[in-house]
Amino acid sequence: MLTLENVSVSYGAIEALTDINLQVNQGEVVTLIGANGAGKTTTLRTITSLLSPREGRVMFEGKEISSIAAHKLLPMGIAMSPEGRGVFANLSVRENLEMGAYIRKDKKEIADDMEKGFLMFPRLKEREQQKAGTLSGGEQQMLAMVRALMSRPRLLLLDEPSLGLAPLVVHRIFEAIDEIRAGGTTILLVEQNANAALHHSDRAYVLETGRIVMEGDSKQLAADPRVKEAYLGE
Amino acid sequence: MNWVKSIIVGIIAIAILYVLNAAMSATGFFGIGIDDYQSRLLVFIAINVILATSLNLINGFTGQFSIGHAGFMAVGAYASAYFTVTHGKAIETSLSGLGETVASSIVLLLAIGIGALVAAIAGLIVGIPSLRLKGDYLAIVTLGFAEIIRIVILNIDAVGGATGYQVPGYANFLWIGIFAIITVVVIHNIVKSDAGRALISIREDELAAEAMGVNVTRYKVTSFVIGSAFAGVSGVLFAHYNKFLSTNDFQFIKSFEIIIMIVIGGMGSMTGAILGAIIVTLLPEILRLLPAIQIGETTFQFADLRLVIFALILILTMILRPQGILGTTEFTDFFKRFRRADKPTGGLE
Repeated sequence: MLTLENVSVSYGAIEALTDINLQVNQGEVVTLIGANGAGKTTTLRTITSLLSPREGRVMFEGKEISSIAAHKLLPMGIAMSPEGRGVFANLSVRENLEMGAYIRKDKKEIADDMEKGFLMFPRLKEREQQKAGTLSGGEQQMLAMVRALMSRPRLLLLDEPSLGLAPLVVHRIFEAIDEIRAGGTTILLVEQNANAALHHSDRAYVLETGRIVMEGDSKQLAADPRVKEAYLGE
Repeated sequence: MNWVKSIIVGIIAIAILYVLNAAMSATGFFGIGIDDYQSRLLVFIAINVILATSLNLINGFTGQFSIGHAGFMAVGAYASAYFTVTHGKAIETSLSGLGETVASSIVLLLAIGIGALVAAIAGLIVGIPSLRLKGDYLAIVTLGFAEIIRIVILNIDAVGGATGYQVPGYANFLWIGIFAIITVVVIHNIVKSDAGRALISIREDELAAEAMGVNVTRYKVTSFVIGSAFAGVSGVLFAHYNKFLSTNDFQFIKSFEIIIMIVIGGMGSMTGAILGAIIVTLLPEILRLLPAIQIGETTFQFADLRLVIFALILILTMILRPQGILGTTEFTDFFKRFRRADKPTGGLE
């Protein structure tokens, strides 16, 4: 579904990504783990065309998307829940979700999807008319995820959904990732919380200083002694 | 029936404008008379409402900090004035069969169309390169462009150059009031539409807006162009009411005056911008009424200090209420709040 072929990205003279090969297949949850500054966010920004690769190309469903404007990716079926959540602080929860369905015109189905989102996170229903800026961090993350789903994407990009959240909320967010996957949406999950990410994904890529150093089945990687030592703290 | 209500409100508003306009004439309206000073204030309130609401679309709703609004007002004023000076009389004569009032109104409407169009084009030319910038940089560039526009006009001899430009007085309070209402209605509808939601999302978070599929650059430029077009309209009305144009009327101080209106009223609030326009127009005049106080041998003429006091009031407002009088809420929200009081709302964390 999504393929990165030999992608290299640099910020000026500094090379941030070197020769990245990555693949996400239909129906999978693929996770990209790595420490701070490993290039996880840069990879996502390249996929969403906010950065353009110096070399290589990004393909989505057989089409090259490296040079397509970021706002045109959503109609193609790629939605993103940005790092730091990026909710519209002065709009209500409902208005945020309406904004998520901005490219759709089918009012009836938008309302249905919104109800599905509220079923996934009942907290959002309680906060429906409240300004998004007054929500807690966890609630904002829930909102950002449901908002991204409002465009009915085929591929959902999640950038650090567990960042800065309480363990209980992190648990709920990862459960939701399982639910979204069960609903048929393919997910590329970028995470620092390697433990949770590996347990809720099919395959994983480990990124270190801009290079993919390991890849494979998530269960196997979670059992790999090198991963255990570097990322799982065992 | 929402549109029935709108039409009724519209008719009432125009009736009020008509009565006020009639009262401004030398004979008055059934005993109600408005003198020249008062009518001038009413006209300037209406013109400033157009300026404030249109700038509010750019600054308040789209979140782009432009301080060059007076430049686009000047473009509209001079472009339309050149049209009426050169062609106005001829068109009026050819339409004389329709009666004097209709003929002059048609000339004014044509002038408004031309002023809005030329100002919109100027907005497009300035907007496309400058809206790539953010915050302070955009502010500086728009300020610079407004001054460039003014200096260019100052050096065009065909529109009078430094000696000023005599313009026929086609505009009266009725037309100015009607266009103030049109501006408010149009911008209100833009803000409440899908496009308006896109503009607000750009203000809130550009990256997230882009992730929602909003073409950020196009919407920014569009809002800038629409705002400029309405600034042009206000310029047309100003020119044809004042009957005289001088580039001094469009210095950067005028741009700042418009900024003050929306900041005081509340950026991102329609009613706030209107309130701000009224306050900034009327307050310096109300302060003229301040009494002289005699302490000992000296008399303090507080009226002479009205601009100092005006500035103090503005500063105090900003200290006590940095979000402006209304913030991003609307005046009408206060009534809604009472109606919704019985409904449960989620508590804050």
